[in-house]
Parts: sequence; structure tokens; C-alpha cells
Amino acid sequence: MGGTFLNLYHNSKSKNQELLTWQIVSLVLIASAWCLLSFGFKINPVFLPTPLAVAEAFRELWQEGVLLSYTLISLYRVLIGFFAAAIIAIPLGILMATNTKTEGFFAPFIGFVRYLPVSALIPLMILYFGIGDFEKMAVIFVGTFFQLVLMVQDTVGTVPGDLLKAACTLGADGSAIYTKVLLPASMPGIMDNLRICIGWAWTYLVIAELVAANSGLGFMILRSQRFLQTDRIFAGLIIIGCLGLLTDYLFKTLSKVLFPWYERLGQ
Amino acid sequence: MLLFEGVYKTFSSGDKRVEALEDINMQVEQSEFAVIVGPSGCGKSTLLQIAAGLEHPTAGKAYLNDTEITGPGADRGMVFQAYTLFPWLNVADNVAFGPRQKKMPEQEVQERVNRYLEVTGLLKFAKLYPKALSGGMKQRVAIARALANDPEVLLMDEPFGALDAQTRVVMQELLLQIWETDHKTVLFITHDIDEAILLADTVHVMSRQPGSIKKTLSIPLARPRDHSLTLRPEFIGLKKEILELIWEESKAAAQEF
Repeated sequence: MGGTFLNLYHNSKSKNQELLTWQIVSLVLIASAWCLLSFGFKINPVFLPTPLAVAEAFRELWQEGVLLSYTLISLYRVLIGFFAAAIIAIPLGILMATNTKTEGFFAPFIGFVRYLPVSALIPLMILYFGIGDFEKMAVIFVGTFFQLVLMVQDTVGTVPGDLLKAACTLGADGSAIYTKVLLPASMPGIMDNLRICIGWAWTYLVIAELVAANSGLGFMILRSQRFLQTDRIFAGLIIIGCLGLLTDYLFKTLSKVLFPWYERLGQ
Repeated sequence: MLLFEGVYKTFSSGDKRVEALEDINMQVEQSEFAVIVGPSGCGKSTLLQIAAGLEHPTAGKAYLNDTEITGPGADRGMVFQAYTLFPWLNVADNVAFGPRQKKMPEQEVQERVNRYLEVTGLLKFAKLYPKALSGGMKQRVAIARALANDPEVLLMDEPFGALDAQTRVVMQELLLQIWETDHKTVLFITHDIDEAILLADTVHVMSRQPGSIKKTLSIPLARPRDHSLTLRPEFIGLKKEILELIWEESKAAAQEF
């Protein structure tokens, strides 16, 4: 055991145990470093608040009633914006992978918008949609939709042609090729695409809330910065990070439950 | 009856043109087990793909029972060399794929699935996903899946080419055994001459690229057959004849490079 540089474990139980051990080691190290720098070296709390101060900030935020409500409002914006993007991007990506006309029609526009920095589009979004929830969702939509379409297109493109041929010789045609072969074959890959994309959705949300908002985690972070409440900034960052971890974990678990048949390359 | 009439196939990309098939005329009778052997790159897979309707001839036509083949269809089942099971379906559902496509009543589907799982010795593995199967098992499922659709013709494109030698022997005998029960029309591609003689009623030897039918031999060996046949003098005589045809082609092909 151990000593290998590659993940060539055939026993997934021992792999999981080793993973967990090192996850704990890494967390303990980060926490110790934080304690050492803030308690030991007494770094100016404007730059690095102590863990206790951050805990206190959490308590205050909770008592002010903004902790939960800001988290929920941010979550709401991310989820709606992201799912709107996913619902359109997945079928469009599949069509672009399989239909030359669709690819030709959409590819230039999508390729163009994809390279525009989302932050540069925020002024335009505010001009069009104001600074309410809809504008935040629109920013997330624009930030993730165009990436997701191309990712889905790539994923569907990797479905082996022989699978499609086999389906044809078994009598599948037209819509059955899409629903009975292409879609199930690419679902695990599409789930991975979604998992990666929702991370970006959080980034774009916080950017949108930093620029102009009157609620949400990004707004809270910006306001705290104005009052030099670094402990509150840290509290906001920790929430966003933890939500990210949780989302990632949910997606991975969902993949395992939904696709027990899936064989990852290299496993 | 499967019929190829003056079939040519040319692949072109950019300025490059590759003549894959040249004037193929051959037929596979009802209930005949026909095997095509040829040196690698002779276009034998292309010919099979044309029969499947997955490729279209550049000139000439292919017919199944007097109807021109224009696209893939359930009347021509196919077993590929690459593993093509649907990984998200378990063994039973893979076999049920064709019948369900035909909207057959579910009870009938189950009966068929069970029949062909039994024939291929897979009943115990019905609930497993393909990722849990060995290469030989996967090809058994692929054969069961093609047969469950009850095609007019079974097209087999080097189906045992990726298997180890021992498994290949087992699979050849299994195929012989299945064929004895229903005498399905089969067009089988291989570069393994033993395999060709063991299985075939008729062996078509193809020339090097551009592929054409160099010679057609009927294999008069009595059935049912098994592997003990491969050591008999009449088997070895046929093997010698075919080997010499193929060697000529391979050597000529090598000199052309």
C-alpha cells in the first residue's frame, strides 16, 4: 500500500480510507496554519481575522437574520439561472453534435459569446434587466450556457460510432437513436459537465452581486469590505466554499446512484 | 438470399482516392454459412458494411431477397469486432433491445430474451452490466442480441478477432452449435483461415486492395463439426489451398509498398 504515484488501486475500500485520511490531514494543516498565523503571529485582523472572530461573525450574521436569507437568495439565483442554462444547453449540445446544420447555425455565435468575459457583460445586463434577481440569473445564464453547450457537444461527440451502428442494425432509427442510445450513452459525461459548470455559476453570481445588489452573499462580502469587517468576509467565503463542496459531493453521489453501469476510463 | 452485383467502393478524402472494392459479384443463399477471408486491408469489412446498409456502394448494388439495400435495418443483424453492447443496459435488456424496438409485447420479448440467453449460456448473467463481463461473454451477448431480433441474415465482422485463442475456439463451437439449430443465413468475415473452413459452407477468398473475389470454394466437410476437424487431412488440404491464395496476395501487397 502507499508509495504508488498513480491511482492504481483495485480495492476501492482501501482507496477511500486513504483518501479520507489525507482529506483530514489537509484540513487539520490548513486550520493549524490559520491558528498559528492569527493567534501566534498576531497578524493584523484586518488582513487575517482569528477563527474565533470568524465564528463570532457567523453568530452575529445569524442573529441579524441575514446569514440564512442571503445564502438562500444566492442559492436561488444560482439554481434558477443554472438550470435554465442546462435545460436549453443539453438538447442544443446534443443537436449540435449530431446535426451539421444546427452546428453550422449556432457554432459561430456561441464561439463568439463564449470568449466575452462575463464581468464585461454585467453593465449591459444591468442596463437591460436592472439589479434584481432576474439580472443575476441572466448573468449566470450567459456565463454558463455557452460553455455548457460546447461541453455537451464534445461529450456527445465521444459516443462510439459503433454503438450507433449497432443500434441501427437492431432496427433503431431517427428519434430512437437519440433517446435510446445517444442520450443514455452521454448522460454520465453530461453530469460531469454540469458539475464543472455549476462551479462557474457560483463565481459569476458573486461577481454579479459584488457589482450591484442589495442582498446575497456577494453583497454581504462587499459591504463587509467597506467597513473593514474581514471576519465577515471570511464567513461569506466559507459559506460559498462549503456550498461548492456540497454541490460537488451531491453531483458525484447522484452520478454513482444514477449510472451504476458507468465505467470510467482508467478504472 | 444476399446478392452483390458489380459492387465498387471508393473512399475519397481531399485529393486522395482509395479503391476499396472492385467489381464484387457474389451471393449468399438462404441458410448458407458464407465466410469471406482476405488479407488485411482488402475491404472485406467494407463489403459487410454495405450489406448492413451502413456504407453505400460507389457503383453497383446489394440486394436482400431481391430488395435493394439502401440503409440499415432489423432484417440484417450484425455482430461487430469491437464491443458494442449498450453499457447502460444489463445483459437481458441488451438482448431485448431489438424486439423492444419492434414494439413486441413484453411477454414475448422476455420469452425471446430467455431463449437466446439460454442458447448462449448467459442465463446466470442476465442482470449484469457489460462492464462486469469478459470479452468472450460480451461477444456472446452481442450474438444473442443479434439473434433475438430474428434477422434474415446475420452479418459477423471478425466477431472473435479480439478474443484469446482458447476463448475463440469455444466461441466458434458455440456458433456452430447455434447454427445447427436454425441454419440462419450468415455472412462472416475473418482473416483466420481455420475459422473460415471450420464454420463455412462456402469460403470466398478476397484479393488485396482493391478487394475483389479471387476465388470461391465450397467446403464439403460433413456437419455437425467441431475442432477435431482441424487436424483431418481434408481440412488441411483446403487450408493449404486457401493459404496459398492468401500468401500470393499478401506478398504482392507487401511488394507494392
